[in-house]
Amino acid sequence: MMQLYDYVLSGSCYKVRLFLSVIGQDYEKVPVDYYPGGEHKTPTFLQINPLGQIPVLVDDDLILRDAQAILVYLAGRYDANRSWYPEDPRLQGEIAMWLSFASNEIMNSSAARLHDMLFYDFDIDKVRAAAHAAFRVLDDHLTDREIMGKQWIVGNHPTIADIACFPYVALSGDGGISLDDYHAVRRWISRVKQIPGFVVMPGIHHN
Amino acid sequence: MTRTTDKVALNEWQAVGTVEEIISGKRRNTRLLGQDIIVEMDGEIPRMFENNANGGIGTEHPAQALYGHIWTTLGTPVKAPLDMPEFKEDGRRLVVCGALTVRASALRIVENFLDMAHFPYVHTGILGEEPITAVNDYKIEIREPEDEVWATECSFFQPQAAASADDGQVSQYMYRVSSPFVTVLYKTCPVVEGAWDLVGIFVQPKDEAECDVHTFMLVLDETSTMSDLVHFQQEIFLQDRSILENQIPPGLPLDPMDEIAIKADGSSMLYRRWLRNKGLTFGTHRGDGSSQAA
Repeated sequence: MMQLYDYVLSGSCYKVRLFLSVIGQDYEKVPVDYYPGGEHKTPTFLQINPLGQIPVLVDDDLILRDAQAILVYLAGRYDANRSWYPEDPRLQGEIAMWLSFASNEIMNSSAARLHDMLFYDFDIDKVRAAAHAAFRVLDDHLTDREIMGKQWIVGNHPTIADIACFPYVALSGDGGISLDDYHAVRRWISRVKQIPGFVVMPGIHHN
Repeated sequence: MTRTTDKVALNEWQAVGTVEEIISGKRRNTRLLGQDIIVEMDGEIPRMFENNANGGIGTEHPAQALYGHIWTTLGTPVKAPLDMPEFKEDGRRLVVCGALTVRASALRIVENFLDMAHFPYVHTGILGEEPITAVNDYKIEIREPEDEVWATECSFFQPQAAASADDGQVSQYMYRVSSPFVTVLYKTCPVVEGAWDLVGIFVQPKDEAECDVHTFMLVLDETSTMSDLVHFQQEIFLQDRSILENQIPPGLPLDPMDEIAIKADGSSMLYRRWLRNKGLTFGTHRGDGSSQAA
């Protein structure tokens, strides 16, 4: 059985939990005592991921770190319709662009949350401003997409780009970042919550 | 803000960190009731100092280690921290779940902890599940001489009452509030018949509307891993966090006119009345607009 090294409060782990639920794939959770235990920095865990980060997916002899990499693998391997990571190179390029955005610019929202909730030493004004800048980019993009009659970040249906970007946008309130000014983003959040198989995590509600 | 002048709040013992975190050499720079403080260990002895605005170390205050946490006070406590004899029982595991920051009044956090009515809506599939949403009758009392609020004979159907629970059960609960900022619940243990598991929160009020919440469990559970237990409790607590941070007004209203009396809110009403009788103002909503929690 596929194993996910998981922390219940991690938005990055939630990317994977959400996607596994959406594609209906069974797996086993291995809870990591990220806080307060700091288990992800222990020698045992560093053998699984030398970067000391979660999530990690183990499937047979494959060990994958990084939520975005895991989404690419799961969508390629277990989504028979290839709708979540289509084979069209152009779409793949666009998806890669937004996966990178999810793991870089949007993570400022994660930093604000870690600061406000778990005592991480970030410059809170700086990371909040950077998160706002990222949300502005996403909101402009989604507004353009809506004008074209499109509902999702890439293509004509939801892809792993939506899954990767969703958690730390939806969790921004935890880091004291309001989404009030991002109307297209808020409409997109509502649409993601309607995807069959959608699951919540603490801080993200059904409505 | 600066240190509160509310003597009722100042004269309580407050948990301000975990022994495990601070003993490992991590001095904790934090805040209590508007006062910046430093918590550290001198060998086995916990110590707390005021942290002055100019970065210098100020007055030392009493500190003690208890229940896996460091307790301290900025005033002159009239009573000791609560007594939990269960900590001396064999076979129990203490799970220190770590502090989490919440931008809300400590009193709101304690009141939410006492509330069973929100279980099916906020902790869906764990502590409750629709359509079973009714809160059964329970008893409330002030216990003397301890001066504690108790709610007893509480019961609720729970799909997953504890990390160790395989199936749903009707959990029996007792709630105990030993200080405005400290509350513990006693809950049917799914593993050992007739025994109670303890789950508690020690709320550290940093400012009127910001707290660190120290959560612990003291359970009879030999099978769950520490990670299982911590995840279980953190998941529940974080489901409440965003709701707590959006309550209006941020301070807890103590005026009897603000109470909307429904039966399920009995423990909340008694808690508010008890706070009012103490004369507590820190973290309350004052209609006159004086330094409200915001």
